[in-house]
Amino acid sequence: MVFTTYEFLILLVVAAVLYYTLPRSFQWKLLLAASAVFYAYSGLDNLIYLAVTIISVYLATRRMDDLLAEQARGLAADIPGENAKAYRAAIKRRRRRLMVLCLVLNLGILVVIKYTAFAVQGADAVFHVLAKPEDLGFFRFALPLGLSFYTFQSVSYVIDSYRAKKAGYVERNPFKLALFISFFPQMVQGPISRFGDLKQTLFERHAADADAISAGALRVFFGFFKKLVIADRLMPVIRALTAPGDEFAGAYVLLTALVYAVTLYCDFTGGIDVTIGTARIFGVKLAENFDRPFYSKSVAEYWRRWHITMGTWFRDYIFYPLSASKPMIRLIKPARRLLGDHIGKRLPVYIATMVTWFATGLWHGAAWNFIVWGVLNGAVILISQELTPLYGKFRSKLRLGDGKVYGAFEIFRTFWLMSLIRVFDVYADVPRTLRMFGTIFTDFGAGKLIANGIAPLGLSLADIVLAAVSLAAMIIAGAVSRSKPGSFNSVTFRVSLCAVLALAVIVFGKYGLGYDARQFIYNQF
Amino acid sequence: MDKLLVILRNLDAEADFENCVTLIDGGILDSFDIISIIAAIDEEFGITVPAEEIIPENFNSAKALYEMIQRLDEE
Amino acid sequence: MKIYRFALILAGFAALFFGLQRLLTPKYMSGVYDGALIAEYYSETKNHEVIFIGDCEVYENFSPMTLFGEYGITSYIRGGAQQLIWQSYYLLEDTLRYETPEVVVFNVLAMQYGEPQSEAYNRLNLDGMTLSASKLNAVNASLTKGEDALSYIFPILRYHERWQELTPDDLRYFVSRKSAGHNGYLMRNEVKPVTIIPDGAKLANYDFAEVCRVYLDKMRVLCEENGIDFVLVKAPTIYPHWYDEWEAQIESYAETHGLLYVNFLEHIDDAGIDFAADTYDAGLHLNCSGAEKLSRYFGAILTEKFGLSDKRSEPAAAAEYAAKLRDYEAMKTAQRSEFETNGKAVTFTYSKS
Repeated sequence: MVFTTYEFLILLVVAAVLYYTLPRSFQWKLLLAASAVFYAYSGLDNLIYLAVTIISVYLATRRMDDLLAEQARGLAADIPGENAKAYRAAIKRRRRRLMVLCLVLNLGILVVIKYTAFAVQGADAVFHVLAKPEDLGFFRFALPLGLSFYTFQSVSYVIDSYRAKKAGYVERNPFKLALFISFFPQMVQGPISRFGDLKQTLFERHAADADAISAGALRVFFGFFKKLVIADRLMPVIRALTAPGDEFAGAYVLLTALVYAVTLYCDFTGGIDVTIGTARIFGVKLAENFDRPFYSKSVAEYWRRWHITMGTWFRDYIFYPLSASKPMIRLIKPARRLLGDHIGKRLPVYIATMVTWFATGLWHGAAWNFIVWGVLNGAVILISQELTPLYGKFRSKLRLGDGKVYGAFEIFRTFWLMSLIRVFDVYADVPRTLRMFGTIFTDFGAGKLIANGIAPLGLSLADIVLAAVSLAAMIIAGAVSRSKPGSFNSVTFRVSLCAVLALAVIVFGKYGLGYDARQFIYNQF
Repeated sequence: MDKLLVILRNLDAEADFENCVTLIDGGILDSFDIISIIAAIDEEFGITVPAEEIIPENFNSAKALYEMIQRLDEE
Repeated sequence: MKIYRFALILAGFAALFFGLQRLLTPKYMSGVYDGALIAEYYSETKNHEVIFIGDCEVYENFSPMTLFGEYGITSYIRGGAQQLIWQSYYLLEDTLRYETPEVVVFNVLAMQYGEPQSEAYNRLNLDGMTLSASKLNAVNASLTKGEDALSYIFPILRYHERWQELTPDDLRYFVSRKSAGHNGYLMRNEVKPVTIIPDGAKLANYDFAEVCRVYLDKMRVLCEENGIDFVLVKAPTIYPHWYDEWEAQIESYAETHGLLYVNFLEHIDDAGIDFAADTYDAGLHLNCSGAEKLSRYFGAILTEKFGLSDKRSEPAAAAEYAAKLRDYEAMKTAQRSEFETNGKAVTFTYSKS
């Protein structure tokens, strides 16, 4: 199911009404039923993959938990005696085997479904394995909804279960586990939740609370507003400016980067608002996924504020395990001898950073432009890190006083850096993106930008004004809610604002068939 | 404990490692520093710090770090 | 939060919602007037002896004013642009909730369309219907790709994009509209003679679609059940081409069920229609004088075959139609003078007297 549809709204309303009218012991079960409906809507065959993941994760983690309990009993009864260490190591090995098997299965599903075609394409480029180009289609599998998200969420749960020190961490009720993995608001684009964070809020009983429901509803409407009124309105501009064949001047590349930054922000955070708002209506608190990312002063900081749960996932399950692993640590000594002190002791972090970002890029999609995008992010983060002392000198030379001006410069710099990196998402392929970057230097064409006006954008002036006004309203609302926390707290105010946003979405949202006066030129019948 | 403080001071001569309890939350140590600390712990104490221990609770103060080291030593 | 506050907000929302919906829905008071026709029926006095159902070949070729003026027949044309046969059926069903005429006349051109054709024409036919089971059935049978039924129940979902294209008409006619039809007849008092008569292209298949036969039958049965005489006609237009194969199927159907079927293409001379003077668009439709001639001819047939009474002697009907005729003649004069001066008519709406 897609969020911006009548079906989703109906599901939400029906589920919410039942949630608060049925006995509270049914609440999490109702959420599971709603999740099943939500997921089944996009195709019953998708449920099979989800079921395989849920079952395998359940069995593996329960067994890991049992082994921990067994270990505790064994140690208490002093069964291994002198050899407690070996005993523990043996249990650990068995638990590790379960974890690895479960991860291989689930990540394997993800890899096969998502990356087979890409791999075959690569193999074909070198070894010509395909009889004809169309054969590649055979290797393209339809992605089950949310595969990347729920697989990663399950992986984090399996690894956390392995890392648990005592029995009792794991969820022993298979249906509760199923709900954790398939909780419908998260299925589309995250956030990727940790079991420890979600456990209580998801399964506990919730009393109907006007405060939570109104806050959740407002967030949902706000998300719809951002997506339907702003993001979907600006999408055609991106399409127009990046259409194959139309090679625009460099100034347009910057414009594309800017518009894409805004569009992606509104689309992604809008969807997350619907997600978090929906969960809130049910009294479930999900982790925030965005924290004013465009105010970041460095690319590293940006990634702590944009798609936060993805960043923490890669940090906790790839970056740290890799960089703190024994082989990496042992690498430092010889590296210091060979490459000098400075680089040597940073080597594990460098390697882990690039690997993590390669993986991050790959996770976004099975295409070279995503990989380049990921690697670019990693490289920029490392380079920025190395340049920090230089920037420090630059800043002290300028002697700009209280830091607000320099801070603004850092924000501006980071915004444009990220916007340009993000452009790899938007042009069809890597060579084209590089060419378009080139035109920034070879053919900037600021004059053309002004002369052409809004025509190349593919939007009417009214649409552009509306988008600008809506953006301004969004930014102001954000500033107000931050400077005066509590200004959006009254339930009456929230409900009224919901009504206003609903009307705004109904009138200004980009949905349904467009009205085209020419269609109505009745000519014959 | 002294060995630990020496390690920490090698990373940042100015920070007050004896008393500060927000080394991570306050941004005094970043991921590079964390890995350096882990490498040094491995070298000085012969202890491997597993990834799941890399949490703010363990790294926010020298005291917390020391307690983690002692705990890992026993296991 | 107190219930009354919530109710207040809800009421405010509803007021704005329906207000905006009214503002954004097209008024059809300029440009495309055909869209205004369907809705105009509901405010009429429902006392019609004859109801016409069908596409532009009924609402541009027959004049109820002439039928009354010459024969005292009360009639109404429930026609819409490219009205599809199932839309005709449900419109008939809708009409029968308000009155039971003596005769229903259906133009058979629509038999060639077995599938939904165009979202725009759907709107012209369906938007005007008041919400009812008939409307919903008609909507569901007509949906084209990308359409959904909810946007027919709440038209704002379809027309919200018009916020960029609002015209003064949208405000002027926010509360009430003027009239475009004269008992459903859309007047065109201009002249553009026929120049060429195109031949019909060869078709792969001349059989009418199953769904069309089904709905034709449904209409016949509906009329039968209500004691109404169901009459089939084919208007005398040059284009689109009416194939002999289609003619044969209709003739056969009419004969099987004992229905009157008049193919006016065969009676052009009898009706005195002159394609140099009686069409405003080179033969696609008749103009005002053509419609009057056709109605004069058809009225005689109707009176003779179905024994319709002459309502000119009834004071209520006489008064009602006297006013209507005044408006009718006024528009005829206005359009004629506009055409003679500027080459095109511009007065297509009027306020009822």
